[in-house]
Amino acid sequence: MDSFFARYKNVLVLIVIVLLQVVALAVQVPRSGEGTLPAGSPDGPRITMLRRWTVALVTPVERLVHATSLHTRNTWESYVYLRGARKQNEQLKQEVAQLREEQAAFAEDAAQGRRLEALLKFQQQYIAHTVAAQVIGTSGSDRSHVLYLDKGWGDGLRPDQPVITPYGVVGKLRDVFPHTSQLLLISDTSSGAGVILESSRIRGIVRGTVTGQVEINNLTEDSRIKPGETVITSGGDQVFPRGLPVGTIESIAPDPQHQPYTAIVIKPAADLTRLEEVLVITKISAALPPAAQADAAQAETTATDETRRAADLLAEKLPSVQDETNGGATGAQGAAAKAANGAAADLSPGQIGGLPGVPYSGLPKVPPPVHPDRYTPGATPPATELKPGAAAAPRAAAAPGGSAQPQGTRPAGSQTGQDQKTQ
Amino acid sequence: MAEHSYTSRRELDQYAFRPAVTVLAPLLCIVLQAMLPKTFPKFALLDLPLIATIFFAVARRNPISGTITGTVIGLLQDGLTNHPFGVNGIAKGIIGYIAASIGFAVDVDNTMNRALLNFGFCLLQSGLLYLISRRLLGDVTVHLQPVHELIRAVANTVVAIPMFFVLDRFKLRE
Repeated sequence: MDSFFARYKNVLVLIVIVLLQVVALAVQVPRSGEGTLPAGSPDGPRITMLRRWTVALVTPVERLVHATSLHTRNTWESYVYLRGARKQNEQLKQEVAQLREEQAAFAEDAAQGRRLEALLKFQQQYIAHTVAAQVIGTSGSDRSHVLYLDKGWGDGLRPDQPVITPYGVVGKLRDVFPHTSQLLLISDTSSGAGVILESSRIRGIVRGTVTGQVEINNLTEDSRIKPGETVITSGGDQVFPRGLPVGTIESIAPDPQHQPYTAIVIKPAADLTRLEEVLVITKISAALPPAAQADAAQAETTATDETRRAADLLAEKLPSVQDETNGGATGAQGAAAKAANGAAADLSPGQIGGLPGVPYSGLPKVPPPVHPDRYTPGATPPATELKPGAAAAPRAAAAPGGSAQPQGTRPAGSQTGQDQKTQ
Repeated sequence: MAEHSYTSRRELDQYAFRPAVTVLAPLLCIVLQAMLPKTFPKFALLDLPLIATIFFAVARRNPISGTITGTVIGLLQDGLTNHPFGVNGIAKGIIGYIAASIGFAVDVDNTMNRALLNFGFCLLQSGLLYLISRRLLGDVTVHLQPVHELIRAVANTVVAIPMFFVLDRFKLRE
C-alpha cells in the first residue's frame, strides 16, 4: 500500500487538490438553481473574506502605482503642459454659453414634464447623491469584465449601487471592501440592465457577451428597431435610475444561438475600455435635489426672459402685429387702430373682431390692419358690382417705375388700364 | 568546497529559487496583469500568471510543486475576478502538473521548446477554462472562440520567451 502511494504520489496530490477545488466550486454556486447568476451577484460572507484577502494583497500596490502616476500626470499638466490652456479656456467658455442657452430651452419642457408627472402621480427617480471614484485596476482577464475602484464601504459604497460616467451607464458595484470596491461592467456576461429604446419605446435587457460586447438578445425582429437609435435605462431593474444613456444601436442581426431572437449590438455611451473616473450613485430620491431645484428655477427664469425677448423682437420686426397693452402702432395708424379698438370694446355679443354682422363665435378680437390689402374684410367690392370676365379690382401689379405699391391702394380703373397695356 | 555530481538528467536540470523570488515573481505577474489592461486594454489578452506557472513548473521539475504553485497562482487570479474560487485554480494546477512532468522529457532551455510549451499550455488552459465554466458551472453564456484563443496563445508565447530569459537569472542549481 505504501508503495502505491509512493508511486502515484504526484497524481494523487493533483487529484486531491482538483477535487477540493471542485467541492469549493460547488459550495460557492448554490444560488444558480434559484435563477440568479452567481458571477454577477455579490459573494457570500465566506467567499467575500477570501476575495478580500486577495484584494488586500494586490490593491495596495495598484493604489501606490496609480497615485504615483496620477501625481506625475498632474504635475505635468499643471506646470509643464500649459500650451493650449488659454485656447481651451476660450473654447470652454463658448461651450458653457452654448450649454446655458440649451439649458434655458430645455428648462420649460422639463418643468412641463414635472407638472405632468405630478398630475399622473408618476414616481420619478432623481440622482440625489454620487461618490466620485477612480479606477485603480482590473481583473486582469478578458473573461471577467471587472474593475477596481479606490473607494469602498467607508465612503458609503454598497453592493448593487449603479455606476455611471457623464456619458452614460458603466455598470454596478459587485463586492464592496473597506477601502476598495469591485465594479462589474455592463459588458460582462453576468451583468444585465433593463433598457428602453428611446424612439420606438421597446423594452429589452442589455447583457454582456463573451467577446466583451454589449447587446440586447431578448427581442425578436422588429422593423422599428434601427441602427443609431439611442438606448436608455428603463428603471425596471431596480438598480439603474430611469433615463440614463446606455449607448446607441450599432448593428442588428439574427442570433443563431437564440432563435427567433435578434442580437442587437449596442455601442456603449461610455468608453468601457478606458475608464479612469466614475460616479457611484449612492442615493436616489423621488424629489429633485435642492441644488438641482435651484438650477431648474434659475433656468426657468432665464427661459422666460429669453421667450419675452424673442416676443419683443418679433413685435418689432412685424408691424402688423400689435401689442394692445402698449397701444400698438404709432401716429395716424395708431389712432385709427385705437379708435377701432375702442369701437370693438363696445361690441355686442353679436359682433366679434370689430366686424358687424359676424355672429359671436367665442374667437378673440381681430385687431384692425395697419396696411389693408385685398384680403382685408370690406376691401373687396360686393359681388353685385363685379362683372363676369373683368379683372379683379385690387389685383397686384408692378408700377412702371419698378416700385411696388401696397395692394388695394390704387384705383381699380387705372389697374385695369395698366393690365391692358402690358397685354 | 563541496563537489556535486549529477547522475541523471533530472538532477542536472532541476533548479531551485530563493523564497523571495518564489513569492514575489508570481505576485508581480498578477499585479502587472491586473494593472496593464487599465492603460492598455489589449493586454487583457495576455496571461502573465500562466507564464509564471509554466516557468516555475518546468524549472523545478517537481509535479507536486508545479501543482501547488499553479493552484495558488490560479486562486489568487480568481480572487480578482468575479468568478468563483477554483476556476483558474483547477486549470493552472493541472497545467503546473503537466508542465513539470513534461520538463523531464524535453529540453526546456531550448527557445523553440519553450515557445511550443507556452503555445500548447495556453490553448490547454483555454480548453480547461471552457470545460470548467460550461460543464462544472453550467454557464451557457461561455462559448469557445478558436481564433481568439489562437491569437491569445501566440501573444502569450511572444511575451513568454523574453520573460523566461529574465526569470532564468534567478535560477539556483540544487
